[in-house]
Amino acid sequence: MNTLPDSSCGGREHLSRRTFLQAGGLAGGLSLTPVAEALSRAAEKQPSGAPARSVIVLWLQGGPSQLDTFDPKPGSPIGGEVKDRSTAVKGIQLAAGFEQLADQMQHVSLIRSLISKEGDHERATYNMKTGYRPDPTLIHPSIGAVVCHQLTDQLEIPRHVSILPNTWAARGGYLGDQYDAFKIGDPRGPVPDVRPQVSDKRFAQRIQNLDLLEKSFARGRLRNLDEQKTLHQLSTQRAVTMMSSDQLVAFDIQQEPLTEQQAFGDSAMGRSCLAAARLIEAGVRCVEVTFGNWDSHINNAQFQAEKVAVLDPAFAALIRRLKERRLLDSTLVLCGGEFGRTPQINPAGGRDHWPHGFSMALAGGGVAGGRVIGETSPDPETERDQRGSDVVQPHPVADVHATVFHCLGINFEQELQTPIGRPMAIAQGKVIEGLL
Amino acid sequence: MTSTTRLLWAKNALLAAVCLIAVGSLAFGLLPADRKERPRSFSPGRLTRADFGAVVQQIDDQFADRWKTAGLQAAARADDLTIARRLSLGLTGTIPSLEEIRELENTPAGQRMEWWVSHLLEDRRYADFVAERLARAFVGVDDGAFLVYRRRRFVTWLSDRLFENDLRYDQLVRKLIAGEGLWTDSPQVNFLTVALDQNNKNQPDPIRLGGRTVRAFLGMRIDCLQCHDEFRLDGATGFPGPDGEEREGTQRDFHRLAAYFGQASSSLRGMREDPDREYRYKYLYEDEEEQVEPAPPYLPELASQQKSRRAELASWVTHPQNKPFARATVNRIWAILVGRPLHEPIDNIPLHGSSQPGLELLTDDFIAHGFDLRRLIRLIAATRVYQIDSRADFEVTPAHEAAYAVFPLTRLRPEQAAGAVIQASSLTTIDAASHIVSQLIMNGETNDFVQRYGDMGEDEFTDRGGTIPQRLLMMNGKLVRERTHENLLQAATQISALAPDDDAAVETAFLSVLTRLPTAEETALFAGQLKGQRKKARNAQLEDLYWVLINSTEFCWNH
Repeated sequence: MNTLPDSSCGGREHLSRRTFLQAGGLAGGLSLTPVAEALSRAAEKQPSGAPARSVIVLWLQGGPSQLDTFDPKPGSPIGGEVKDRSTAVKGIQLAAGFEQLADQMQHVSLIRSLISKEGDHERATYNMKTGYRPDPTLIHPSIGAVVCHQLTDQLEIPRHVSILPNTWAARGGYLGDQYDAFKIGDPRGPVPDVRPQVSDKRFAQRIQNLDLLEKSFARGRLRNLDEQKTLHQLSTQRAVTMMSSDQLVAFDIQQEPLTEQQAFGDSAMGRSCLAAARLIEAGVRCVEVTFGNWDSHINNAQFQAEKVAVLDPAFAALIRRLKERRLLDSTLVLCGGEFGRTPQINPAGGRDHWPHGFSMALAGGGVAGGRVIGETSPDPETERDQRGSDVVQPHPVADVHATVFHCLGINFEQELQTPIGRPMAIAQGKVIEGLL
Repeated sequence: MTSTTRLLWAKNALLAAVCLIAVGSLAFGLLPADRKERPRSFSPGRLTRADFGAVVQQIDDQFADRWKTAGLQAAARADDLTIARRLSLGLTGTIPSLEEIRELENTPAGQRMEWWVSHLLEDRRYADFVAERLARAFVGVDDGAFLVYRRRRFVTWLSDRLFENDLRYDQLVRKLIAGEGLWTDSPQVNFLTVALDQNNKNQPDPIRLGGRTVRAFLGMRIDCLQCHDEFRLDGATGFPGPDGEEREGTQRDFHRLAAYFGQASSSLRGMREDPDREYRYKYLYEDEEEQVEPAPPYLPELASQQKSRRAELASWVTHPQNKPFARATVNRIWAILVGRPLHEPIDNIPLHGSSQPGLELLTDDFIAHGFDLRRLIRLIAATRVYQIDSRADFEVTPAHEAAYAVFPLTRLRPEQAAGAVIQASSLTTIDAASHIVSQLIMNGETNDFVQRYGDMGEDEFTDRGGTIPQRLLMMNGKLVRERTHENLLQAATQISALAPDDDAAVETAFLSVLTRLPTAEETALFAGQLKGQRKKARNAQLEDLYWVLINSTEFCWNH
């Protein structure tokens, strides 16, 4: 375990058992599961200014338009149809449509100057999720995988969860498949495959019979075959523990009062954000929520506005809830996609891929709210060799990763060994100090 | 008729068809069968032929020397059924059916492996499964450019080639590198269209194609050279300079190779060569982009004038004297068969060869025998290390596994796990000759399962342990449930109904699922639980037995 306590990260209003209980009461009577109890008890021991402990990634797959979300430029030659609106923080404008998020702006900061070299969805997604450009010889781990690898927990449900994943869900890469995100669909439905198909009695008999098979297979093989090699029985045990765990209730948003469900919006994204909050409350380290279809090559303005309308209540309610429960300081929330969209509007009214100056929103986990990092031009260079050259305070994607790990107290400069013994730094970037 | 009722009707019709097939073949599944047609290529004396047996002997000797030097004791030969399971998993992605096991049992003891390999190599499942494995190296698993990339077609084309009797692997690779035409009519060009660059007018990206070519066909990683000089890649040696001395790789090495793809051009007429196009690149520390002339990174004397740049590259890559080509192929086929490459990592073999026993011998043989994949597979399958037991009566250590002094355990790939569950649930073989309905069901189920189990992508030969989602899927998921639950079409229920006694039921289940007979202890436990059970209770007991076998480490691993 690697934790580097850092006073610049972590909260001033750190979690205490009492405030946790109060928050539970305030937010509609969520009764504490045993794990939440344990968590709040653990939090009591956490020193002030402790590093963040968990991450939520709101993954906007497809490439949200910075100009229609976090970096609007109405009235400029590139602004398009978007209007902007003021927020709780003077001087920070969001695209119109972020009505609820605007009220939470004191908790949210924006990076408006991300740059990358990847303009293809798949490659850019990889770059954004891992902090590295695709390398044909190696698969890098996503943020959640690194966090779970570096920090330990006693939890009966998976510590790394991906809700509504597409084919590029967060994965363990060279750290191993055991660090892949546990994938679930719309939280409206049940968690897949956690209920036995037969009665408890039959299931118990099956597990008992399995033992004979395992003993007979282990004979004449490696000592500690399971721990050293197959992880089969170990995974079986953990899976069985999970199947009967009270903590599974964290996945079940039906446990929430209707008003709380409605606050997140009647959408898969809203439900996923509510589930993400519940999972973090139960002690899960990293939740990725995928909200897709931002790829507006045609009819950009309408496309983006429709997505914003769904994102706004979900994102804002998530921040509000984490804040109410005193979990915002220990939970870093990231919201962004793989790249932005072109300043020019194409003949179909769309915007194309633009990795040369795009935005991301961050909140909690030691990130100060109400700040803006970097700036893009209202009349940017579009010549091939000049793109991105006019971005003020540009930050490569890896800087986001460095910042995230820094906030979590993870020494990101340390080199991990890949399976072939190649040393690889956890993140290559530099911490964005202006966010802290 | 609404579409729902039509669908229902169709489903019922399919079910009836499956019932008929299953019942018809049932008796023949449980009972020892008459010998089926003998494989055309079956040649019982193969191992005694000098041109074959001598090579196998030399490979065995090299491994024996290695064990001796390392002071490692080696395990005994595994039994025939265990080896048959390995071969089946490696060549068809599934386990032997009870029907096949019975046929194997009817073959004289000394000829079983020859019979089995011949049987599998003549089975369409071999071509399909190996094509998918190779496709992962050639084009990866991800979606490429929309519309102009058809992965499915590419894999089918590969499978058709692999199924040809006189396939030369070098010719196949030449077709990939130098292919022209539409991605639909000439599916081999999907090797190129997967690398169309959306940021560059949908033209093929020479950098991606260059990197892919070197890794997939030559087993080398020189991708790092794309951005900078320096070629010390995880033990790989440098290139020979003009004086024959080794030198470091440079950025120019990579880009001159990539430049062979510089005239590949994509249009509505498909992939073709456009002599007006040139590959240009701005090297590190240079101010200007420059035109890059194609040249191979080593052995320039093997390059020869051909009708196009890609044809030149294809000819150089597959030249019999370009040994890395044959070596990379041997290493990959070994990995497909064994579950682990002979030289690791699979695509980072030093230019001048590897110290791994057997690799150079197999490489030389592959070149000498016209890049014949089937012969290569037969050679590997006949070696002592391929047939060695994965357990031993001495203490097994990781060093034994690393040196093949015991057969290395590898986790089944998702398709293998799905294929094995599906085959275990049928007493007869589910192959290309099976009814189309069985196959459709199998493909649909497999795709769904593979996605949930976690596709390993291109990187499928790395050592990995099991995961919780996999265990949940196998314990509680739909595939295992549907394939074991009481149903006259499924083997578990059929065994419950037809086995003459409890011991025979347990034995048949073990053979069908684990490809082995139960131990006395196992028979005692499971037959004891079956004793006195009738009808539904008996079916449930068989279902439970199937579940236990399918959820064991033994089932989920190749051993």
